[in-house]
Amino acid sequence: MVEAIDKPIILADALGKTVRSPSGDLTILDDISFLIHPSEAVAVVGVSGSGKSTLLSLLAGLDTPTRGRVLLDGVDLNSLDEDGRAALRARRVGFVFQNFQLLHSMTARENVMLPLELAGRADAAVQAEAILARVGLEERTDHYPNQLSGGEQQRVAIARAFVTRPRILFADEPTGNLDATSGALIADLLFSLREEAGTTLVLVTHDMKLATRCERRITLTAGRMLTSP
Amino acid sequence: MIARMLRLGLGNVRRDLRAGELTLIMVAILTAVAALSAVSLFVDRAERALHAQGNALLAADLAVESANAIPETLAEAARGLGLDTARTLSMRSVIQSGERLQLTELKAVDERYPLRGNVSIADAPFDAAREVREVPAPGTLWADARLLQALKIDLGQTVTVGAVALRVDRVLVLEPDRGGDFFSIAPRAIMNLADVAATQLVMPGSRVNHRLLVAGDQKAIAALRGQWAHLNDRSLKVLDVGDARPELRTALERADLFLGMAALTAVIVAGVAIALAARRYAERHLDTAAVMRCLGATQATITGMLLIEMLVLASIASIAGVALGYIAQHVLAGTLSGFVGGALPSPSLAAVAGAMLIGFLVLVGFALTPILSLKNVPPLRVLRRDLAPVPVRSAIVYAVALLALLAVAPWQARDVALTLYLLGGCLLAIAALAIAAWLSVQALGRLRRHVGVSWRYGLASVARRARTSSVQIVALGLGIMAMLLITLVHGDLIAGWQGKIPPGAPNQFVINIPPAEVGPLRDFLAGHRLKTGGVFPMVRGRLTAINEQPVQPSDYEDPRARRLVDREFNLSWAGRMQPDNVVTAGRWWPETAGAAPQFSMESGIAETLGIGLGDTLTYDIAGETIRAPVTSLRDVQWDSFNVNFFVIAAPGLLEQMPATYITSFHLPAQERTALNELVRLFPSVTVIDVAAVMDQVRLIMDRVNLAVRFVFLFTLAAGALVLVAALQATQDERARESALLRSLGAARAIVTRSLLAEFIVIGLVAGVLAASAAGLTAWLLAGHVFHVTYRINLWLWPIGTLAGVLGVGAFGLAGLRGALAEPPASVLRRIA
Repeated sequence: MVEAIDKPIILADALGKTVRSPSGDLTILDDISFLIHPSEAVAVVGVSGSGKSTLLSLLAGLDTPTRGRVLLDGVDLNSLDEDGRAALRARRVGFVFQNFQLLHSMTARENVMLPLELAGRADAAVQAEAILARVGLEERTDHYPNQLSGGEQQRVAIARAFVTRPRILFADEPTGNLDATSGALIADLLFSLREEAGTTLVLVTHDMKLATRCERRITLTAGRMLTSP
Repeated sequence: MIARMLRLGLGNVRRDLRAGELTLIMVAILTAVAALSAVSLFVDRAERALHAQGNALLAADLAVESANAIPETLAEAARGLGLDTARTLSMRSVIQSGERLQLTELKAVDERYPLRGNVSIADAPFDAAREVREVPAPGTLWADARLLQALKIDLGQTVTVGAVALRVDRVLVLEPDRGGDFFSIAPRAIMNLADVAATQLVMPGSRVNHRLLVAGDQKAIAALRGQWAHLNDRSLKVLDVGDARPELRTALERADLFLGMAALTAVIVAGVAIALAARRYAERHLDTAAVMRCLGATQATITGMLLIEMLVLASIASIAGVALGYIAQHVLAGTLSGFVGGALPSPSLAAVAGAMLIGFLVLVGFALTPILSLKNVPPLRVLRRDLAPVPVRSAIVYAVALLALLAVAPWQARDVALTLYLLGGCLLAIAALAIAAWLSVQALGRLRRHVGVSWRYGLASVARRARTSSVQIVALGLGIMAMLLITLVHGDLIAGWQGKIPPGAPNQFVINIPPAEVGPLRDFLAGHRLKTGGVFPMVRGRLTAINEQPVQPSDYEDPRARRLVDREFNLSWAGRMQPDNVVTAGRWWPETAGAAPQFSMESGIAETLGIGLGDTLTYDIAGETIRAPVTSLRDVQWDSFNVNFFVIAAPGLLEQMPATYITSFHLPAQERTALNELVRLFPSVTVIDVAAVMDQVRLIMDRVNLAVRFVFLFTLAAGALVLVAALQATQDERARESALLRSLGAARAIVTRSLLAEFIVIGLVAGVLAASAAGLTAWLLAGHVFHVTYRINLWLWPIGTLAGVLGVGAFGLAGLRGALAEPPASVLRRIA
């Protein structure tokens, strides 16, 4: 299934995460290993509390594992400090969240410009305008998040995620906060942009319909992998 | 990298300003900077004005004095530096009119006199004075009212000075270098220096005082001062601007204290507001920081961005603050112009720069630590909202704030005691408020079983948020305390000061009253309803020995001591001590029994002359020798304007000596004609009018009061800011909880009432605690810094409590009005 020339873009190797809790140590993830290849779309599915979001945070370098390691685009995340991981994210990773995570004091355009500005790009405004037009928000560029509907906010978030042309996109329940119609529109947008850019997608969801649009599924149950491709 | 941070930082400033996130911090910095800069610019100017006034008191910027004629080479050297020069000559001389002779302090001046300040004259005795830029023409003399009175002459008549006859042309009211000795016995006159030779009064060995006055460019003056520091001639004495008039200096020093207190309070209170606002800013920006971290911003990027934001913020607020302070000090300076004479010097650039720096210090001290903690937000917060940075240890925040205050404080309040009392007071107040608030919150929690549903929820909220509630009570208490200090306590302190010159304080002194005229004079004053402060005997005597050792003026370095020994003392006797005197060492003699021969001496003069308790003084009084020990030292409140004596004898020691009497009384302005009548009926007495001096001192007090009130407006503003900041701190949480309650079915009225209950409880506790803290602070300040008597104002508690309840209730509900009107779901979505 894996082509020899195709190096994995994400490698999870015996990943585990244990946290301290009042009732003793709590294992959230245990012995998770898989490969994801460039341009692949992989869904991480499971019921609430199965460890989906924790897995996403480890893969994206937002959190550190207690055991095992993650190689992101060939770089061992364990070898980087927080700032090193941030720099890696800035160059190669995009995010879409369930609750959009737009900055309320910024307009749609400013929100989209932010990752470009963090990367020191001079053409941030032009790029942001272009991608906002691509997601159908050319009329809304100067609106603040609270002036936009949920679906529109998520479109801004998607524009922000793609504007840096990341190699990997992490999406955490991107339609979870939206009604069925808006959710479907957002899903279409996400997948078409991904295909245009050839971006690797890691999609966390408990929406099986959405998950079936991915090429592969990783199912978690109580912190362990049920199916491994 | 830097360009990127700059772009991000500037973008953030713009957005945060637009969103109103920085308004409170900015207004707080602006207030602190405006208060400090207004006061420091003003004090700087007032001080330089005082210095200039000091020059006026010397009638020059620099002078040299000698018993011999001053060499012309010195004057030439001064003129060589481009400086102006003038000469004066003073002596004591007898002036004659017909049969009458009067010993007079006579000053001869040249045409250029005075180089600084002005001569005041009047066209008739006791008439309104006016300043002139001229000196008596050759052949004329300007005499003060007392000389005219003593010689019984009018303007236009001729008097004899030595060998020359001079026409009395004007009434001399005041010349600038007259000095502060308003009670010197001899009348005064000035004449033209050109007439001195003709008087034949100045001969080798005659006691005269020559002065060369110099004025002009400050650099040239400094150069000349340097040259004159090495004069070889020991008979020459260089006179610099020493102390200006002591009563003015005291008044202005107090003004400085009051203003310093006002400004420093404003800074501390504004600092608390800044700290609260900064905390809220940090809390509201946790998500922003987390998203930025998630999108790849490094800690350095976030730190740089925040630093740039703070730098820009501090610059804007400081520039605005200094601008406001500049306007404010301009208004303040307007209040001063009356008594420093002429225009104030313009504010110095150093003072402006200093005020700017304060803005940065205040921001760094109070805001930087909580705001920079944002760089530690874990990026994982985008997925788990409960994650926040490890809070900065409070001790670090307080330490940084305290360091900043310590850096700012001495800048402003030059008085170390005031700084320490205010800082210590504030820290103690904060600690005491914190403990009291915590205890109150705990106690209130238990009350909730006994109250209705709204109150129960309100009290429960206070108790549940025990930590936040306590912080809020402390901050609110501090704000209310500042307001109480300003409105009530400041008034009381000023009143305590003004009380030192009561409205009916004596403004006329009558001296040389023969014993036989004491009774009739009393009757005259009583007939005109003029209240006297008592009639006191006065005996003139020369101090000849201390502990049997003869005393000479040359024994002393201090010119004041020399003068005191050179002249005759005014001695008096009394059984009872005057009420405005306080014994500082030894004991006053018993009033009833015949006391042993002994003296009581004013402590200041005792120090000047090196006289201590138990030293025996010998006085020569009209050829007789009187000897007695000093058994008590007294502090005399000279600015009470009552008759007071440096040296008082116990009854029995001086009664046989030739004495005249002295009294003082208050003459209302509309009854000045009584003065002419008095002079006519009692021709042998001399009236000294000090109304003008008193008016000047009182004017300063009024102006200072006005100035302080004005500066206190800033403190008041800072207090209000703390109120707003403290309430804002929990506004989001309250709005969210209220929305939750409403979504669970609680009626809006119940929610509003429970919020009101919470606010009332917090306001009540804060108000009571603030009143107590304000009372204590005022009492300490009054006793240890301002040296005025202060009685705790009982109104502090009702007013403090009312201010707390109304202020917190009104501000609190106003802040939540929007959220209460909004549908609960939208509040929850917005604040979630």
